[in-house]
Amino acid sequence: MATPALRFKRRGLSPQQRRDLRSGLLFAAPAILGLLIFVAYPVLASIYFSFTSYSILQPPFWTGWENYQTLLFDDPLFYTTLYNTFYIAIFTIPLSVIVAMGLAMLLNVKVRGQSIYRTIFYLPTIVPFVASSVLWLWIFNPQYGILNTLLWYIGIQGPGWISDPSWAKPSLIIMNLWGVGSWMVIYLAGLQDTPQELYEAAELDGATAWQKTIYLTLPFMSPYILFSVILMLIGIFQYFTQVFVMTNGGPADATRVYAMYLYQNAFTYFKMGYASAMAWLMFVMVVLLTFVIFRTSARRVYYGGQ
Amino acid sequence: MAKIAQSLTGVRQHQRSQSRRKLYGAIAAHIALIGLSIVFFLPFLWLLSTSLKPEWQIFTFPPVWIPDPITFEHYGTGINFIPFWSYLSNTVIYCFFAVLGTLISSSLAAYSLARINWPGRNILFAILVAVMIVPNQVTIIPQFLIFRTFGWIDTLLPLTVPAFFGAPFFIFLLRQFFMTIPKELSEAARMDGASEWNIFWEVIIPLSHPVLATVGLFTFLNAWNDFLGPLVYLNSQSNYTLSIGLQQFRGQYDSLWGPLMAVTTVMTLPVIVAFFFTQRLFIQGITLTGIKG
Repeated sequence: MATPALRFKRRGLSPQQRRDLRSGLLFAAPAILGLLIFVAYPVLASIYFSFTSYSILQPPFWTGWENYQTLLFDDPLFYTTLYNTFYIAIFTIPLSVIVAMGLAMLLNVKVRGQSIYRTIFYLPTIVPFVASSVLWLWIFNPQYGILNTLLWYIGIQGPGWISDPSWAKPSLIIMNLWGVGSWMVIYLAGLQDTPQELYEAAELDGATAWQKTIYLTLPFMSPYILFSVILMLIGIFQYFTQVFVMTNGGPADATRVYAMYLYQNAFTYFKMGYASAMAWLMFVMVVLLTFVIFRTSARRVYYGGQ
Repeated sequence: MAKIAQSLTGVRQHQRSQSRRKLYGAIAAHIALIGLSIVFFLPFLWLLSTSLKPEWQIFTFPPVWIPDPITFEHYGTGINFIPFWSYLSNTVIYCFFAVLGTLISSSLAAYSLARINWPGRNILFAILVAVMIVPNQVTIIPQFLIFRTFGWIDTLLPLTVPAFFGAPFFIFLLRQFFMTIPKELSEAARMDGASEWNIFWEVIIPLSHPVLATVGLFTFLNAWNDFLGPLVYLNSQSNYTLSIGLQQFRGQYDSLWGPLMAVTTVMTLPVIVAFFFTQRLFIQGITLTGIKG
C-alpha cells in the first residue's frame, strides 16, 4: 500500500517507535494544522501581498518593490508614524525600567504589607486597554479631569493633555507608566534571586546603599532589564488600542503610531498590499533593533557565574 | 579583658546603628510606598467616584471627591444606552470557547512535545518558538482573507475557532511544565497497559492543575480584553463584544462621562475579581512568562 520509500522508512522503526510517532503526531495534530493554516500560509501570503497592489475587490496584481519604494521614499506619513512610535518608545522604555525597578526595590525592602502594595501596583496592568483608555481620557480632561485639578491645587494651569498636539504623546507616556506593574513583578522575582551573601559581605565592607545598587543590584538585574527592554520594544511597535480609543491618531497626527497607520491602510483604505509591506518593514526593524540591543549590551549584561 | 569588653561594646554599637539604619530604611520605604500607592490607585478612585456621582457633580470645579449622594443612576443609563447584555453575552461566549479551545489543543500538543519521543518533535518545538516572534500584524491580513472566504466575517468564529488549533506560547509554557513531571509515572502507567491517552488524561492532567489554571486565566484575560480581533472581524452591533461596544459608546457620546465610567467599571470589575481570587496564579504566571494579560 505505502510507497516504497515510506515502507523502507517504516521498516527502520520498531513497533514502539512507530506507535510513538503515530501518537505524537496525533496529539500534536491540531497544533500542526494551526501552524499551517494560521501561521505558515499567512506568512507566505503576506510576503506575496507585500509585492502586490491588492484591494480585496480585485485580485492582487504584482507590482514588485513598489510598495516598499513608496513607503520609504514617497510617504511622509510613514515617517510621521515612525517618529511618533520611536518618540513614545524612547521615553516609555527607559522610564518604565526606572519606575518598575524603583517599585521592585522598594518592595524588596521586605516591609510589612508588601503583598498589598504589590497588588496596588499590579492592578492597572490587568485593566482592559479599552477601559483604561476611556478612564484616562477622563483623567486627562482639561476642564474637569483629575490631573489638571491636582495641578490647580498647587497653582499650575495644566495643559490640554491628550487633546493638545504637543502634549498628546507625553500623555500616552504617562498612561503607559501607570501599567509597569508586570515588569515590577518580574524585577522583584529577579531581586529575590540575587545572592544575599554578597550584600552581607558588602555591608561588612561598609558599602553604601547607592554603591550596593550600582555594583551589585544592577549587574545581577541586567539580564532581566535586557529581556524587558526587548519585549517592551516589540510591544510598542504593536501599540494600537490606546491610540485608537483615545485619539484615533489625532490631534494633527501627533499620536498616529505605526500600528495605527498599518491598521488604517489595511482595514480603512483596503490597501492590503501596502499594509503587508508595512508589516514586514516593522518585522525587519524589530529584528534589527533587537540585534543591535543584544550586541551593544553584550558586555554589560551579567549572566550569573561567568 | 577590658579590651575585649571594649571591642564587644564597639561591635554592639555597630550592630545597633546598623539595625537603626535598617529601621529608618523601612520607614522611608513605607512612606514612599504609601505615596506611590496613592498615585497608582487614584485613577481607580476617580473612576468609581465619577460613576457614582449625580450628573451635576461630575461637571463642577474643583471636583467633588466623594459623591453626595451616592447614586447608581449612571449604571442604569449606561447599560440601557447600549445593547449591554448582548455585548456581555458575546464576550462571555468568546472567552468560554477561547479558554476551552486553548486548554484542549495546547495541552495535547504540549504532551506530544514533552512526553512522547517521536522523531520530529524537536523540529516542531523549534518552529513553535520561532513563530512567537512573528508579529500579529504580519498574519492578520491573510487571516482576515481566509475567514472572509469561509464567510465567517461578522461572526465570533474567527475569534474562537483558532483557539482550538493551539497557541504557541501556551504550548511552550505547558511543555516546560510537563517536562518536570517524573518519567517514572508514565512508565508505570504504561506497564499497567495504559494507552497514551490514558496517561495524558489520568496522570499528567491531574498533576497540572496549577499551570492549566494559569493558562486558562491568561487566555480568559486576553479574550476579555481583546480589541483588535473584534474590531477587525465584527461589523454589526449585535455581534460586538464589550471592548468594541465601549469604544463605540465613547465615540458616540463623548460627554456622557457618568454612564461611560459606569460601563468602564462594569467591564473592569470581572477581571479585578478574577485577579483577587487567583492572585497567586497571576504572580506565578507573570514571572514564568513576562507577559501582560
